Amino acid sequence: MATDRSNVPLLEVSNLRVEFATRRGPLVAIDDISFSIAPGEVLGVVGESGAGKSLTGTAIIGLLEPPGGITAGEIRLAGRRIDNLPHDEMRKIRGKEIGAIFQDPLTSLNPLYRVSEQLIETIRTHLPMDASQARARALTLLQEVGIPGAAERLDHYPHQFSGGMRQRVVIALALAAEPKLIVADEPTTALDVSIQAQIISLLKRLCREHGTAVMLITHDMGVIAETADRVAVMYAGRIAEIGPVQDVVKRPLHPYTTGLMGAIPAIGHDVHALTQIDGSMPRLDSIPRGCAFNPRCTKVFDRCRVERPDPIPQGRTAVACWLYDGAGR
Amino acid sequence: MIAFVLQRVLQAVAVMLTVALVAFSLFRFVGDPVINMVGQDTPEEERIRIREQLALDKPVVVQYFRFVQQIVTGNFGTSLRTGIPIGQLMAERLPATLELAIAGGIFALAIGMPMGVYTGLYPRSGLSRTFLSISLIGVSLPTFLIGILLILLFSVVLGWLPSFGRGDVVHLGFWSTGLLTASGWQSIIMPAITLGMFQLALIMRLVRAEMLEVLRTDYIKFARARGLSNRAIHFGHALRNTLIPVITIVGLQLGALIAFSIITESVFQWPGMGLLFLQAVQFADIPVMAIYLVLIGFLFVLINLVVDLLYYVVDPRLRVDVSAARGG
Ligand SMILES: Nc1ncnc2c1ncn2[C@@H]1O[C@H](COP(=O)(O)OP(=O)(O)OP(=O)(O)O)[C@@H](O)[C@H]1O
Ligand code: SF4
Ligand SMILES: [Mg+2]
Repeated sequence: MATDRSNVPLLEVSNLRVEFATRRGPLVAIDDISFSIAPGEVLGVVGESGAGKSLTGTAIIGLLEPPGGITAGEIRLAGRRIDNLPHDEMRKIRGKEIGAIFQDPLTSLNPLYRVSEQLIETIRTHLPMDASQARARALTLLQEVGIPGAAERLDHYPHQFSGGMRQRVVIALALAAEPKLIVADEPTTALDVSIQAQIISLLKRLCREHGTAVMLITHDMGVIAETADRVAVMYAGRIAEIGPVQDVVKRPLHPYTTGLMGAIPAIGHDVHALTQIDGSMPRLDSIPRGCAFNPRCTKVFDRCRVERPDPIPQGRTAVACWLYDGAGR
Repeated sequence: MIAFVLQRVLQAVAVMLTVALVAFSLFRFVGDPVINMVGQDTPEEERIRIREQLALDKPVVVQYFRFVQQIVTGNFGTSLRTGIPIGQLMAERLPATLELAIAGGIFALAIGMPMGVYTGLYPRSGLSRTFLSISLIGVSLPTFLIGILLILLFSVVLGWLPSFGRGDVVHLGFWSTGLLTASGWQSIIMPAITLGMFQLALIMRLVRAEMLEVLRTDYIKFARARGLSNRAIHFGHALRNTLIPVITIVGLQLGALIAFSIITESVFQWPGMGLLFLQAVQFADIPVMAIYLVLIGFLFVLINLVVDLLYYVVDPRLRVDVSAARGG
């Protein structure tokens, strides 16, 4: 298995398809998406609610639950295929090589265990440390994520921390075994607006220091603009556009992205409020033929209703829209 | 913490006073207690003397408080049927009932918990479905029927276990135990199973439901994302969180076990308080019935109190810690 080729992306998702088995046949939730993340890179993932952002993240960390599952495509981490690993192999990758942060810090921590216990068990699951070494590391981690009085707070229970502090603990847990990639699914949505920016900049700083790549899922274009290196725009289980953040934000190509970027809100504002696109995203069982966006698109033409567009390279960006077929280059 | 305990104790006292009121009103419902005591033919003066002696000529409120006062000071009165002090009767019977209830409870817990955990972890497996079906039987079969079926199989057909009584008991001071003799152990098996069957099914279903619920929580998902082993997640994180409701129910059910042991005790002629109560009912032995009620009420209240305090041990969120003010 190839591992140490320097041009190998850290994460490579190719032609990934996620389906839910239902009584009326399979429901395709992620439809043939491909993207990659380089070591240390921050990939922002945006899109309306239900676009499939969380599902993509969950598929990468191998935690899809029946009736959902990967039905096609593959996921590679540093060249090694991980989507078809046996349960126990994948478990060793979770936390060790891919960390995860979820939306709600208030519920991510087990209320009955001390913060120290949760940190130490994570550390000792993945790193060859004895109890006192792990405890020392736990303390370092808490200090690193900026918890004041970390030494005293180490043995506190989650309910003794505020929401923002709890999310810092969650970040410490995600970083506990120095993963190469962190999947952060709306890490600040549940937090007070005033704390969101702090947490994002903390995450950004830590990942830069540790060389950790991040898949940052968010509704917040402001966060993406400030944090991400590249951005993927998802729509109805597909990637509409993916490219460097400056390009996508300043010169969006896909009509959907153009709509999204109507204005870039300041950090903490929800992109929904600013979306000026009429209509809403189709449900999974009624995605139209051709381009999934065609009923809402202002530039729609005949071909869009028949043929599905695959991502078409446009400079450093790739865009799934027929407007760019044969154009550019 | 102190305020909490105090509040609970006050509540417990209020409940006990209410129970005592119910027990006390038993005396009123069953006609003239003096006639009950001494019979129809006693001369009028004699009856009046007894009435005054028992303060039955005083207002009801006074009588009630006299009743409460007597109970609190340990004066439970005497049995009308046997003339034996009720305190002594109860002391003889209490160990039998408590041993039966605890054995039934342990049986229910020891079997019900693992079954619940298993069915929660593997809801789709065939074994889980079997467990669930069995538990349905456990819930719906009446206690006496389970007892009779057990007797039929193990006493009548197989002749392995005694069908009644408690076996040989050993007296340890005020406590008489059947758990130190072989015949005692043989005797307690079937009554304990009979008594615990319903609770077993209940605990299993409760643990299963809680387990399924907890496994869906974010912190379990996060624990998986941290790469913890299944063992750590299932038996550490998940099970511990299911324990809180389980403790409540098991605690309350221990009270129920004691109270409902009446049926089991009568099926197996188990010499406990339930049997005593049934005999008392047959003879309209009101004082015994009243004290039984109070005692059962007391055990219920006591168990509830212990359960509440156990929460503190399990759930750190309830331990109000003044020094740990919330950080920003
Ligand atoms: N268990 C499930 N069964 C059926 N469909 C599901 C299930 N879980 C998710 N989906 C569907 O998959 C699609 C993608 O969901 P996902 O959670 O990835 O969206 P998202 O982009 O993260 O949205 P949000 O911004 O609201 O978090 C949604 O349409 C959702 O309805
Ligand atoms: S393919 Fe057609 S419908 Fe889809 S975004 Fe492009 S122009 Fe609009
Ligand atoms: Mg989501």
